[in-house]
Amino acid sequence: MTTTKFRREFDVVGDDFAGAGRVSTEIKALLKRVGYAEQTIRRVAIAVFEAEMNVVMYARRARITLDMDPEGVRILVDDVGPGIPDIEVAMQEGYSTATDRMRQMGFGAGMGLPNIRRNADEFAIESEVNSGTRVRFVVHAR
Amino acid sequence: MTPAVKLTLAEVCRVLEAEVLTGGETLDATQVTVGAGADLMSDVLAFINPEAVLLTGLANVQSIRTAVIADVKALVYVRGKQPNADGVALAEENGLPLLCTPLTMYEACGRLYQAGLPPCLLPPRCAHDNDEVQTGI
Repeated sequence: MTTTKFRREFDVVGDDFAGAGRVSTEIKALLKRVGYAEQTIRRVAIAVFEAEMNVVMYARRARITLDMDPEGVRILVDDVGPGIPDIEVAMQEGYSTATDRMRQMGFGAGMGLPNIRRNADEFAIESEVNSGTRVRFVVHAR
Repeated sequence: MTPAVKLTLAEVCRVLEAEVLTGGETLDATQVTVGAGADLMSDVLAFINPEAVLLTGLANVQSIRTAVIADVKALVYVRGKQPNADGVALAEENGLPLLCTPLTMYEACGRLYQAGLPPCLLPPRCAHDNDEVQTGI
């Protein structure tokens, strides 16, 4: 495991269903190379994948910033999109505004945000309607 | 129900009368400890355990991406469904074996369960599931 801190940034494009998951797969491979524990990698990978699917399904585009150090992994997903009018409602399991197309892909069941939160040790979200949403989460290394 | 067993992918293949789409060389060496059946990838991400074999009727590329992200050991398509060439290539690239069974989801799951392969342990509800959401970053 490296003792240094480093940062990588990734761009995700909205509505790119064919490419959805590419960034999460890349981040997972990167964390493996750095040498985090398997359980840490799995939690980050699942949370980032959910976040990436959210961007593809709902936002126009997003920048994902990944910060790694021996303490853990911090992720910021900063999107340009419609925003979330009521975050508390959006955080409820099963609440979804997904379209049929999203559901055909196996997503849009209203599990995304709750599942990100469940896999993270720290989780925060803020959103502005007609502007975008920022989700930040941290998974501690163990 | 027989006691919980681990199955090699070769055994899974035999039990499900499955065809191997990719990853044939690893079938004897790869063991699975739990089984799961789902078409909803959101659910897979929420409950699946590592070292699982996942049975699904969702034959798009997202089933493969989800399996790779969630450390699924092998993906089995039910009712003879098959992913397209891009999907197979993505699975190959990530070392994910793909199988295809003519059986229905119900029968495929039933046969693996009968062979002794246990279901996933559902994660306990997290202590912070009902906490107030932190807003502002």
